[in-house]
Amino acid sequence: MDEEVENKVILHGSFASPYSKRIELALRLKSIPYQFVQEDLQNKSQTLLRYNPVHKKIPVLVHNDPYRRSKVRFWANYIQLHLYDLVIKVVKSEGEEQKKALTEVKEKLSVIEKEGLKEIFSDTDGEPTVTNETMSLVDIVMCTLLSPYKAHEEVLGLKIIDPEIVPGVYGWINAINETSVVKDLSPPYEQILEILRAFRQMSLSPVLETYQS
Amino acid sequence: MADEVILLDFWASMFGMRTKIALAEKRVKYDHREEDLWNKSSLLLEMNPIHEKIPVLIHNGKPVCESLIQIEYIDETWPDNNPLLPTDPYKRAHAKFWADFIDKKVNVTARRIWAVKGEEQEAAKELIEILKTLESELGDKKYFGDETFGYVDIALIGFHSWFAVYEKFGNVSIESECSKLVAWAKRCLERESVAKALPESEKVITFISERRKKLGLE
Repeated sequence: MDEEVENKVILHGSFASPYSKRIELALRLKSIPYQFVQEDLQNKSQTLLRYNPVHKKIPVLVHNDPYRRSKVRFWANYIQLHLYDLVIKVVKSEGEEQKKALTEVKEKLSVIEKEGLKEIFSDTDGEPTVTNETMSLVDIVMCTLLSPYKAHEEVLGLKIIDPEIVPGVYGWINAINETSVVKDLSPPYEQILEILRAFRQMSLSPVLETYQS
Repeated sequence: MADEVILLDFWASMFGMRTKIALAEKRVKYDHREEDLWNKSSLLLEMNPIHEKIPVLIHNGKPVCESLIQIEYIDETWPDNNPLLPTDPYKRAHAKFWADFIDKKVNVTARRIWAVKGEEQEAAKELIEILKTLESELGDKKYFGDETFGYVDIALIGFHSWFAVYEKFGNVSIESECSKLVAWAKRCLERESVAKALPESEKVITFISERRKKLGLE
């Protein structure tokens, strides 16, 4: 699963360039999914200049960039290790305990905002772009944790992903949620609310639960 | 059935040198035919009607044109010894990138040093920049192909026999500006295939001096 998701092809090109079109045709004829990065030839991205320092031209085909793969794995791991349990804690707890967990969640989101986005989305200079074709391991991990964040916020009466404080992360999770694959797989909003409420209820008062008839 | 291999060539052509080296590395026996570029044979015109240029490799009556394409053809047709290109697709693409760079940049610039009046200094400076780029790609490797002599080495080495021409007419010292590249060239010249394919620098200088006279540049 790890290998499939990571078999990433990125094409830096320009819609008006016939050379760029050659590569797009070849990739499509071979049914190879790819991410297209439109370059402004008057204002070339740092990434393009790094990948083609000799000619500084498009098209550039990037296949399985191992450095990038290691960055994506790093951040997927970071989210799994540092955010998962914390977010669950915020849902399961109240009062001081919840406040502490929420502060820590916000700290980690800040780290992702400042350091993670530019490494995960190095091809678009830190701008999160997510499509069905380009979803990677780290998008999936982020999605399964925080896609229903609005439901979390409603049930808990708290803001977890604040667009003013972490606009990049906010943009990222919304981009993930906009993809058709995530839309198709997400349960209806009402259902998520119901499950969250029940989960929180069970966690907060397990003793009562056992004694209910 | 014996293979019939003919090479239409010109002794001073750095492109012809590429094919001669590739055939020698693979120990392929061939019939070498020298062309007079100012009086091209009918065979040449028949076998390369599009460009009318040498080198032309004719294998069992079928022509293969363009020196880099010939190197690949030779590597694929006689695969049993001395591979000239790597097998890994990425490494092949990398090698082809640099051979393409050499083709796009070196001769176009170098030619201006001796063939165009008034451009010697500028072209010589540009050539040094291009050679320095190649030098940095070579790095500390023995050859461009790392441990094995291959495609990119073959693409570039022919130009060494012309370095003296560029130095003379461009008033520049490639030896001091690109010493690592010159050291690489000397290593390549230790190979029999290369030593036999490259002409003496003096001979090339004499030839180009004659050409310049005819072009009214001297």
